[in-house]
Amino acid sequence: MDILANLALGFDIALSPYTFLLAVIGCFLGTIIGALPGLGPSNGVAILIPITFTLGLDAVAALVLLTSVYYGAMYGGRISSILLNIPGDEPAMMTTLDGFPMAKNGRAGDALVISGVASFVGALLATLGLMLLAPLLARVAYLFGPAEYFALYLLAFSTLGGIASSNQAKAALASCAGLGIAMIGLDNTTGMPRFTGGNMHLMDGVDFLVAIVGLFAVSEVFVFIESHGKNSAVGIKLGKVTIPYREIWSTRWTMLRSSVVGFIAGVLPGAGASLGSFLTYMMEKSIAGNKGGFGTGVAKGVAAPEAGNNAAAGGALVPMLTLGVPGSGTTAVLLAVLMTLNITPGPTLFADRPDVVWGLIASLLIANFVLLAMNVPMVKVFVRILSVPPALLLPGVTMISFVGIYSLSGSYFDLVLMIAFGVMGYVFRKLDIPTVPVILGILLGNQMEDNLRRAMVLSDGDWTFLFSSAIANGLWIAAVLGFVAPLFLRRFLKKPELSED
Amino acid sequence: MKMTIKALVSSVALTVAASSAFAAECIAPANPGGGWDFTCRQIGKILFDIGQVSEPVQVTNMAGGGGGLAFSHVVNERADDADLIVAASSATTTRLAQNAFGGMTADQVRFVGAIGADPGVIVVAADSPFQSLNDLVAAMQADPGSVAFAGGSAVGGFDHLKVLQVAKASGIEAVTKIKYIGVDGGADAITQTVGGFTQGMTGDMSEIVGFIKSGEVRALAVLTEERVPGFEDIPTAREQGVDVVAVNWRGLYVPKNISDDEFNAWAEKLAAVAASDEWKQAMADNGLAPFTKVGGDFQSWVDGVVAETEALSREIGVIQ
Repeated sequence: MDILANLALGFDIALSPYTFLLAVIGCFLGTIIGALPGLGPSNGVAILIPITFTLGLDAVAALVLLTSVYYGAMYGGRISSILLNIPGDEPAMMTTLDGFPMAKNGRAGDALVISGVASFVGALLATLGLMLLAPLLARVAYLFGPAEYFALYLLAFSTLGGIASSNQAKAALASCAGLGIAMIGLDNTTGMPRFTGGNMHLMDGVDFLVAIVGLFAVSEVFVFIESHGKNSAVGIKLGKVTIPYREIWSTRWTMLRSSVVGFIAGVLPGAGASLGSFLTYMMEKSIAGNKGGFGTGVAKGVAAPEAGNNAAAGGALVPMLTLGVPGSGTTAVLLAVLMTLNITPGPTLFADRPDVVWGLIASLLIANFVLLAMNVPMVKVFVRILSVPPALLLPGVTMISFVGIYSLSGSYFDLVLMIAFGVMGYVFRKLDIPTVPVILGILLGNQMEDNLRRAMVLSDGDWTFLFSSAIANGLWIAAVLGFVAPLFLRRFLKKPELSED
Repeated sequence: MKMTIKALVSSVALTVAASSAFAAECIAPANPGGGWDFTCRQIGKILFDIGQVSEPVQVTNMAGGGGGLAFSHVVNERADDADLIVAASSATTTRLAQNAFGGMTADQVRFVGAIGADPGVIVVAADSPFQSLNDLVAAMQADPGSVAFAGGSAVGGFDHLKVLQVAKASGIEAVTKIKYIGVDGGADAITQTVGGFTQGMTGDMSEIVGFIKSGEVRALAVLTEERVPGFEDIPTAREQGVDVVAVNWRGLYVPKNISDDEFNAWAEKLAAVAASDEWKQAMADNGLAPFTKVGGDFQSWVDGVVAETEALSREIGVIQ
């Protein structure tokens, strides 16, 4: 058994007391970084790069530290989603949909435990997938050209309508707003800037972290000010913390399905964790149907996106290690670290540097268990946050958001933009328009447009090119079904209840 | 509890920032992961390792506007900061030549040196019918629209220019008919080519090293004057009768208003990095070819390159 021998080699490297300590520190820091709005896995890892050099860590130790921060941040993002309705980072956005209603019902502890276990299952399965299938899965990237990617993003958008069950037109409007914002910046197909007004800050487009923090955190402040703190999301009631074994068990299939789908979304370069959590949430929502009560605070609604985004995080390592193609922002940073350490990821990495690859895999497994052990008991500490008076908590969170966003590019322009998004979020809330589709529009719109334009360049504008492969056609069918099915099914199902927000 | 953790994190962040106040700073005008980031981190690390600087070099990522944001930051706010170096490459001069930095020009900073170059390459999938650059050129001459390329830069960028230069040098008039898609970096361009969605890939040697070793792609030509050490079996375009040289140099610029002594001090430090074993190893590992030009020589070379790129871009219609 080659794999067992390799794994033994990996654990031999990763289990020294020093590297184990690094993994624990990395997991802890990562969880905190993930939970802080504006600081996500990618800038969290980037911030720690200088520290690895200052400490003089070797390649394996540096990787252990940084990947445990990466996994830790993927775990941590859910905490602020659930407790504050403010996603800690972009993949945790979908967790707000059911996590926050659960917290509102006094089940914050349950939501945190269930999502923690789901994160563990997703990350564990993804790491196993990486271990067993990586060289094989690398070939999947070769099957996806512009037409296939376009169909994949289309699938994501076609299910958007179902996200806010109260009014699909409003969800569509919000995603159009997101798509519009995504058009800002340099157009890849002509090399010309669009909608930048000559402002160089807008040349690279709008950073979705700026949009997320503005739409969720800053708009929360506006609502808070308007209502003098009475109507705010913050300050929900506390329930006692127990481990809801039965509910965790009831989500086992959700976790498994979401892990698989999330992993595949992660393996595809460019799709990444956000698409993973989005697709898994929408998939579970449609499997459960209206009786599932998605959006009102159900266990499956937090288990699906968390298993999905953690599995995607592991999946994104596959193209990074085997092709040198970063599947997400964070893997791009990890790629940079590897190259600085004179390790060139690519098809020969598994053969050339087994110590690095298997050391990394072993440390991912270790980090995952450390995170589970750390996250479940720490739920009691996390829910304590809610006992901080909102008048103190909210300004604190806002301040951290400002620092986090400023650290992105070091320019005040992003802060102004963030406040503008805050105003937009406030207006949208007043009009009862969901903000999640806006973010998805910004996140996926660019990729979707680029791939459509690339397909048109390659085919001389022949639209049948979009249906030129079995994969593309399969995705098209899924997209059409995803869009049409709710229209026909609606009359057979009970009308969804309006949620209170 | 939570607040103390936050305080801890922010104090760590502050310490990192504060300790850098007196150390040299290298701005990588892009997000972590690209060539500029590599330049800053690698040169910064070696400068410290060989004792040219007393503190580790602090790397700042300042992404935006294809490097334009960092350029305007240096020009407008740091014009006399002698502790500042900024990563640059052919992409920097290409964009300056195409006026992509909002009217700013190359003479607003001082180009201090390049210490390595990433040779341009033209690559096809291993199962491609094109065995040599001439095969590929012949196909383009017969029907310019029949060959599509993928590259890591946007349309009009440095990777795209390589294809256009090859086409022009082979006497193809309708260069704009040649299809080109800009994707997210060289490795992504290779997956599109190996996947058969495009017929060729244009990029830098460092981006394809792993794929050449694994035998998934075939390099038809390297766009240098001589064959690249370590990759002697890849012929140059010149040998095949296509006179194109395009290398992506890796180097630095510094603010305009520093003194000549300070400028020369950076040039010497950079020369020391170029001569170090660490840098030679890093170049070999990453497919960079030796290319050392520092100080005044480099500045005049850059001026020449900017003028040439501007003329070429005008000719092929990337700028008016």
